Amino acid sequence: MELFEARNVNKVFASTQALTDVSISVKEQSIFGLLGPNGAGKTTLIRIINQITAPDSGEIFLNGRKMNRTDISHIGYLPEERGLYKKMKIGEQAIYLAQLKGMSYRDASNNLKKWFEKFDIMPWWNKKVEELSKGMQQKVQFITTVVHQPKLLIFDEPFSGFDPINANLLKKEILNLKAEGATIIFSTHNMGSVEELCDHIALINKSKKIEDGPTDEIRMKYKTNIFDIKYRGEFREIDLALGTDYKIISHDESDKANTLKVQYMNGKSNNELLSSIMPAAEILAFEELIPSMNDVFIKAVEESNKN
Amino acid sequence: MYLLKPLKSRTKTKQTVMNNTLLILKQEYLKRVKKKSFIILTILMPFLIAGVYGLVIYFSIKDDTEERTIAVYDATNLFLGEFSEEGTTSYHFIPKNEYETLKTNLKGSGYYGLLFIPSDIYSNNQAQLFSEKQLPFELTEQIERKLSRFIENDKRQKVIEDSGIPDLEERLSKTRTSVNLSTLKVSQSGETKKSSSVVAFIASYAMGLLIYFFVFMYGAMVMRSVMEEKKSRIIEVIISSVKPSQLMAGKIIGTALVGLTQVAIWLVLGGIGLVVVQSFFFTPETAQQMGQSIMESQGQMNPAAMQAAQPNQVKEVMEMIGNLNLPLILFAFVFYFLAGYLLYSALLGAVGAAVDNDEDSQQMVFPVTFPLILSIMLLFPIAKNPEGPLAFWCSIIPFTSPVAMMARVPYEIPVWELLLSMGLLVLTTIVCIMAAAKIYRIGLLMYGKKVNIKELIKWLRYKG
Repeated sequence: MELFEARNVNKVFASTQALTDVSISVKEQSIFGLLGPNGAGKTTLIRIINQITAPDSGEIFLNGRKMNRTDISHIGYLPEERGLYKKMKIGEQAIYLAQLKGMSYRDASNNLKKWFEKFDIMPWWNKKVEELSKGMQQKVQFITTVVHQPKLLIFDEPFSGFDPINANLLKKEILNLKAEGATIIFSTHNMGSVEELCDHIALINKSKKIEDGPTDEIRMKYKTNIFDIKYRGEFREIDLALGTDYKIISHDESDKANTLKVQYMNGKSNNELLSSIMPAAEILAFEELIPSMNDVFIKAVEESNKN
Repeated sequence: MYLLKPLKSRTKTKQTVMNNTLLILKQEYLKRVKKKSFIILTILMPFLIAGVYGLVIYFSIKDDTEERTIAVYDATNLFLGEFSEEGTTSYHFIPKNEYETLKTNLKGSGYYGLLFIPSDIYSNNQAQLFSEKQLPFELTEQIERKLSRFIENDKRQKVIEDSGIPDLEERLSKTRTSVNLSTLKVSQSGETKKSSSVVAFIASYAMGLLIYFFVFMYGAMVMRSVMEEKKSRIIEVIISSVKPSQLMAGKIIGTALVGLTQVAIWLVLGGIGLVVVQSFFFTPETAQQMGQSIMESQGQMNPAAMQAAQPNQVKEVMEMIGNLNLPLILFAFVFYFLAGYLLYSALLGAVGAAVDNDEDSQQMVFPVTFPLILSIMLLFPIAKNPEGPLAFWCSIIPFTSPVAMMARVPYEIPVWELLLSMGLLVLTTIVCIMAAAKIYRIGLLMYGKKVNIKELIKWLRYKG
């Protein structure tokens, strides 16, 4: 079931087209990756979802209902450019921000204390923000985003400013939130984390959506029919057996296991490739190379820029 | 910890809007009121002002403690014995030869100054005082007084002798008259009230200054607070929770309450101060003492008249302050403070949202606050001539009216002028708040763009 939907959203700023007819739909309890190069329009879309900016046309739905102003208390938003009141104590500040999202003082205080414990920053409750390290501030910001238990969470580059250990902690928390029922829109340039976390992605380039689908399907779509093969035998034999329908990208021979990277041309299939090699050598491993999100991103954007 | 809540449509829309504005208001208010600088400024300010005035009065009354000896060379030989010691200054008469050496060699002689009374002083009215240092005004005044009084008495004595009327002196002193003009204002109902143009002038000037001070100080506070949110980048989180208009409203009202709190504290402290001062200093005895000390310093005033006049004057000033239309002044003060503050803080808030560094803000603040600065520069002529065309127009035009009209209110001005001024101010404030809200909303998330007035006007035409 779709928790969130944007239909045909358009937005123009002065003379620049920020979003052109963009539609996305996000399934409940899933992580949705919103990807795209800088300036593609991701932040504009996120701000429209948060009702910071209004779309010129198009509709936004939350839980099947047209979204209205009060729905923003069901959203938790961690912007890319984020900060806190420097002179305010972090505990007090976190409570204030939670109250602005509609929590009562007591609920806010109780929930926040649990989160502060979890993130090991309870001793800093009464410290001012300016006394905190950047990583600690990021933790506080993350907590203030999720503390009011929003149905929809929007993270824009959540890992920036975190060291690998804390980034891992955060990843775990994000997956945890999903497991507990939250729906997450996740925008980042870190493609590794997209592969790890996202169930579904949409790719925006130059104000238009150019790709949309489950992460695995998209990666499959961009596969180039390249295989990693481990074999025992002579490379020369294989080379002869494969002929012109196949392209050998690289090969490496050592005593124990020889490896080979090969690509088949259109019209061939995995099984045909396999049966062509089998007579020439003993196959130890046969694996199709699925492009990384990084490759998919670059390829998709470059292709779209050509058109 | 993270519980699934069913999404329910909230019907309490209005309430959450109010709640958020109130939350921000409370936050802004407490943040400022709890600040040490606010507490110190609020409590110390009245004492500071009282202290400064006290010091000025203290130093002007305080006896000079420096011992001075003035060498006097008297070419007329008439003044010997006439220069009695006064205060810490004593006089020592010296012969001519000593005068000649001292004149070129005053340093190290132990004399503070050297007075030369020439033989032709009766006709020329000129004497000379040599000294190493800049002489205090009191000393020259003292010597001038001594010389003049002696010569005057001497001449008068001669006139009396010539006239053949021995009690001429007494008879002349009886003719000395001092007329006290009390100004009475006739109200429309025909009542007369004692008023004083001086009291009204002071009240008018003070009121204008206060409004200027408050509007500027608290308007700038709003601007800085907006800039802080923008600079620290917390703004995006905040406006994803509340509407920019709620944020602005909460901020502006919260800061206004801080200002009113400050005024209230000052009023209370001032009231206590007034009671203390009255019970301490303005008992009949102290008033009499004050009268005497003034009389002594002025020397030639009629002692009887002084003693009678002093307590009366104090009473009269009190009465005249009481005769100012205090309720009207207080009402106008609160009105013009609030309206002027709303107008300028909305504009300054928009400036704070539009810029993202301090230099740009300074550039933008000047054109926005120019009318306010202009009105403070014109405050003196306005307070001096509150019925003139300058005063009239400045108090009608909305951007200058908070200061200008406040300066006119102590001089009971026509009701229609007051109403016109207030109405125009309210209208302008509403229009400006709407424009400012738009600039504010657009500016908040605009970074790295050099903003000027032209650009801002362009923003006003944006939709959405």
